[in-house]
Amino acid sequence: MLELKAVHKYFGGLHAVNEVSFKVETGAIKAVIGPNGAGKTTIFNLIAGVLEPSSGSIAFKGLETKGAKPHRIASLGMSRTFQNIKLFHGMSALENVMLGRHIRSRAGFLAGMFNLPHTWKEEKSIRDKSMELLELLEIERYADVEATSLAFGQQRAVEMARALATEPDLLLLDEPAAGLNIYETAEVGRLIGRIRDMGITVLLVEHDMSLVMDISDEIVVLSFGEKIAEDKPEAIQRNPEVIRIYLGEDEEAAA
Amino acid sequence: MHFLKRYLPIAGLLVIVIGVQLLASATDTAYYLTQLTMAAYYSLLIIGLCVLMGYTGQISLGHAGFFAIGGYLSASLTTYDFSAHSNTAILQFMDKAGMLMQRQSLYGEALLNVHPWPACIIAIAVAVIIAFVLGIPVLKLRGHYLAMATLGFGIIIYRIGLAAEFFGEADGISEVPPFNLLPGLSVNGDFAARVQNYYIAWGLLLFGLALLLNLIHSRVGRALRSIHGSEAAAEAIGVNTARFKLYTFVISAAFAAVAGSFLTHYNGGIGPSEASVMKSVRYVAIVAVGGMANLWGALLMGIVLNFMSLRGMFGTYDDAVFGVILILIMLFAPQGILSVKIKHFFATKKESPELGTID
Repeated sequence: MLELKAVHKYFGGLHAVNEVSFKVETGAIKAVIGPNGAGKTTIFNLIAGVLEPSSGSIAFKGLETKGAKPHRIASLGMSRTFQNIKLFHGMSALENVMLGRHIRSRAGFLAGMFNLPHTWKEEKSIRDKSMELLELLEIERYADVEATSLAFGQQRAVEMARALATEPDLLLLDEPAAGLNIYETAEVGRLIGRIRDMGITVLLVEHDMSLVMDISDEIVVLSFGEKIAEDKPEAIQRNPEVIRIYLGEDEEAAA
Repeated sequence: MHFLKRYLPIAGLLVIVIGVQLLASATDTAYYLTQLTMAAYYSLLIIGLCVLMGYTGQISLGHAGFFAIGGYLSASLTTYDFSAHSNTAILQFMDKAGMLMQRQSLYGEALLNVHPWPACIIAIAVAVIIAFVLGIPVLKLRGHYLAMATLGFGIIIYRIGLAAEFFGEADGISEVPPFNLLPGLSVNGDFAARVQNYYIAWGLLLFGLALLLNLIHSRVGRALRSIHGSEAAAEAIGVNTARFKLYTFVISAAFAAVAGSFLTHYNGGIGPSEASVMKSVRYVAIVAVGGMANLWGALLMGIVLNFMSLRGMFGTYDDAVFGVILILIMLFAPQGILSVKIKHFFATKKESPELGTID
């Protein structure tokens, strides 16, 4: 599904990502963990096309994505959420999710301006499909509420619904449990499992150890931009280097 | 159902438009209709600019330039005597296609001009092409580069109008013939055609408004609003932000060119002041007063402020008034004047400012 090969990223003199390689197999849930500043979000932005690697290659479904704009990569079937939720203000939760249907619909400027009949059916299917996703995430009662005025957890759910609305093959989740309490986090864990059951490959960046250990098939550990381990959760928990540099101060919690 | 909600206000406005005409004609104040006609054409430009500014967050300081392209090309093509060039291939082709017309000048000389219809279409096409050429590199960048680029473009158009003999230099172009839209329906400034022209202008404005209202309520409109909300998130769901900004810019330029073409036929001429940067600033100010992402507000302010300006209510301080309006709006009501709540003026207790997006 996704393959990174010897990816480097420099910001001026800062070597933010140093020779990182890993694969995400189709149908898997893979997690990227690491202390703050380890380069996790940078890797996400490289994968999503927001940043371009300084060297190395990133292939999505066998296609090299270097130089492609984010919207192009999104239309290939990759969708994402953001660490600091980015919902569209001034729009209802439903409208936010409807925007996720953008690449799955066609009506253009002229069809829109002249309100051509063939767009009506498309609008209806956009709306129906979006409503289904709100129901899946159990937030359908907030459909008409302005999205940015919802509680934090609900905003995350709206963002997730929007990402799912694009019908992605690969879903990137940037700290999906950040700012959530343990119950909500457990809920997110179950949701990610259901998303995988829908046939969607998931790559997530996360701080919350319990969530990552519970749901991931494989974990990549980063530190100062370098990959220091890549293995199954149980193996990662026992990996002495990981414990030393990442979990050192919090050993019991991880074990 | 929601179509009704969208078109009912337009029907309401149409009733008001008819009412104003009947009232003006009945009270012998039909001269107001002249300024209302002109204000309607300017407002056509303004609602186009409103979509660009309000829904994509881009500012154009060159819309007077697009207006002038519409006006100047319509005027020059329909007044310049092409008889000396009638052997060239392009004119022969246009002649065969019925795009030329013979008429007589004031002094009885035979003139060979382009018919207003093809002239208008050429003018719009040129404005659209220039908007594309200007927008393709600029709109790929983030930030307000469009404002800079269009400012430069506006100055160039103004200078060309002032310097080119083809465009009448400082005098501009006069004796522009009527624009016969359909048999019996003609855009011109004759007193006899005043009521007819009032309805042509308002019909065009309401049609343009309906198009733009449709647009912002469509899939494309949602995408445009998403760009304004968060460009990164819009890209992440697959919105080609550069292309959507470009198309919106081109559409708004086309609206300006149509307005320029029609108003020039109505006035029977155009001068370089129509292309001046102060005009562009005025249009931006009017959109800001109306509330950026508010087509109805922009339309209302476009009519009211242009009408006042055309009636000479701002005297010789015309441009200064619009400058002051822009400053005051930015300072006190950046969401537009319609967002100002009267009760705030009477409130005794200071209200807490509105909270941001994060609870």
